[in-house]
Amino acid sequence: MEKQNRKGWLYLLPSMLFLGVFMVYPLIDVFIYSFEEGFHSVSQSYNGVGLYNYAYVLRDPYFLQAVKNTFLLVIITVPLSTGLALLISLGLSSVRKLRNLFQTIFFLPYVTNTLAVGLVFMILFKKTTYTDGLVNLLITMFGGESVDFITGPYWAKMLVLSLYTVWVVMPFKVLVLTGALASVNDTYYNAARVDGTRSLRMFSRITLPMISPSVFYLVVTGFIGAFKAYSDSVALFGSNLNDAGMNTIVGYVYDMLYGASGGYPSFASAAAIVLFAIVLTVTCINLMGSRKFVHYT
Amino acid sequence: MERLDYQKIEHNALLRRRIGKGITYTLLGLWALIVLFPFYWMLLTSVKSYGQYSGESIPQFFTLYPTLENYQMAFTAVPLAKYLLNTVIFTVLTTALMLFVTVLAAFGFSRMTFRGRNLAFTVYLAMMMIPNELVIITNFMTVTNLDWRDTFTGLVLPSVTSVFYIYLLKENFAQVPDELYWAAKVDGTSDLKYLLRVMVPICRPTIVTITVLKVIECWNSYVWPRLITDNPDYFLVSNAIQTIRESGFGRENIPAMMAAVVVISLPLIVLFLVFRQKIMAGVARGGTKG
Repeated sequence: MEKQNRKGWLYLLPSMLFLGVFMVYPLIDVFIYSFEEGFHSVSQSYNGVGLYNYAYVLRDPYFLQAVKNTFLLVIITVPLSTGLALLISLGLSSVRKLRNLFQTIFFLPYVTNTLAVGLVFMILFKKTTYTDGLVNLLITMFGGESVDFITGPYWAKMLVLSLYTVWVVMPFKVLVLTGALASVNDTYYNAARVDGTRSLRMFSRITLPMISPSVFYLVVTGFIGAFKAYSDSVALFGSNLNDAGMNTIVGYVYDMLYGASGGYPSFASAAAIVLFAIVLTVTCINLMGSRKFVHYT
Repeated sequence: MERLDYQKIEHNALLRRRIGKGITYTLLGLWALIVLFPFYWMLLTSVKSYGQYSGESIPQFFTLYPTLENYQMAFTAVPLAKYLLNTVIFTVLTTALMLFVTVLAAFGFSRMTFRGRNLAFTVYLAMMMIPNELVIITNFMTVTNLDWRDTFTGLVLPSVTSVFYIYLLKENFAQVPDELYWAAKVDGTSDLKYLLRVMVPICRPTIVTITVLKVIECWNSYVWPRLITDNPDYFLVSNAIQTIRESGFGRENIPAMMAAVVVISLPLIVLFLVFRQKIMAGVARGGTKG
């Protein structure tokens, strides 16, 4: 036993080194950065300690725009993708033929490069000098007016971003919900059928309560994921998101760190901490709300 | 009379079931179409010639004159092969280091008994909750100060550890019966040899799963490589796409861009089709995207 004491820690040593240097130390350091005022990344010096970085970030119009974009994206995509995923998983679990094929197809977006497919979405929605793009063509075919979704009005850009985000996050949600639906015991349905229960009632009284832990899990992770949105927006609108007016909070953090507007790790740290304060608050609200709706067996 | 009524009811029920099935299949088919269409469109656009593409004010849904010139252009006008090679090097190094670290840690947690083990494991689990966006700022400063920008060291080292994989493998290792260990001990096998000759082969499915998940993660990583590389010699495919999009092929050569996109997407799609079951099971147990 004595011998294993040293040996045990030896096995953990590589992972402890990596986690210590690239996870624990940075986690502490980010808080320190966020309170160091006027930090200069070349000279590594700062001239005071205080809340100035937070005050600056919270007044920065780019940050406020990013917050607005992120909140809109969260409010649109989380309910939409969860609802749609529920609908699709219900459909998927009620058919037998072609089920495997559908499951494979539905999972494809998960393994594709977000930047790469984002480029395809861009050309589908973009208006150029020689073509209106496929989506605009469909819109005009049904008598609508064509819009430039990539460099046009704000609502149009938000719409594409939301659609693309839903497209990207669906595989994970469908996968989790299909798994949950498959694990509901058939006895409940059979008993309900004997009683002649209508299918809508079966859904609301059996299916929904039985899969509510999974739905709740998806809502929580969905909120967290949507608050951290970034690469989807880059894929559609290019890396200068502030000019496009489509930056997200995470994008703001990275822009403060690097690139044309970069070199301010203190502002980046303050913005990142503000983001996680928001995420933490929303997750806590979710957890409190869950007590009413989630049914654990 | 009564028999007729009964037949009618049965007939109606059958009809209703058929309509329900029809609606379900339409819904599923529609979503499949939405998922597949972007893939079809990139493939289609990549085989249209530049002249043909820019001549179509109404995009055509198929082409009678497919060409491979865009693929040739994607490899010659931008160093796409170099980007692919960089990504392969990055992926192999990161995944190999991850396996080394993860297997050792999982073995330590599941097989060794030592003081502080449970506390250490709790701390590891707590670290699963640390969001990447918080630690990336300091990592960026660390790598910059160490002069590791534009090196594989700087790219790889911060991307190695994933606590979740340690947890996944530890759970699997813990299922291997203790008797095997004692038997190996009686035969005078060392711990390390036991780990490599017994534990790893038994838990191969889990090891394959975490390897494939890590490969996907590496292939698609964008944020860290973008922050840490300025020199195109060290660009990975995601950064390459961004560069191609912004300055790419001189003019807005969308067919060539799409050819590059196809080349970049293909390896992962093949990987997915081969390891479909493993990937989906692994993601269901603890995927994070979404």
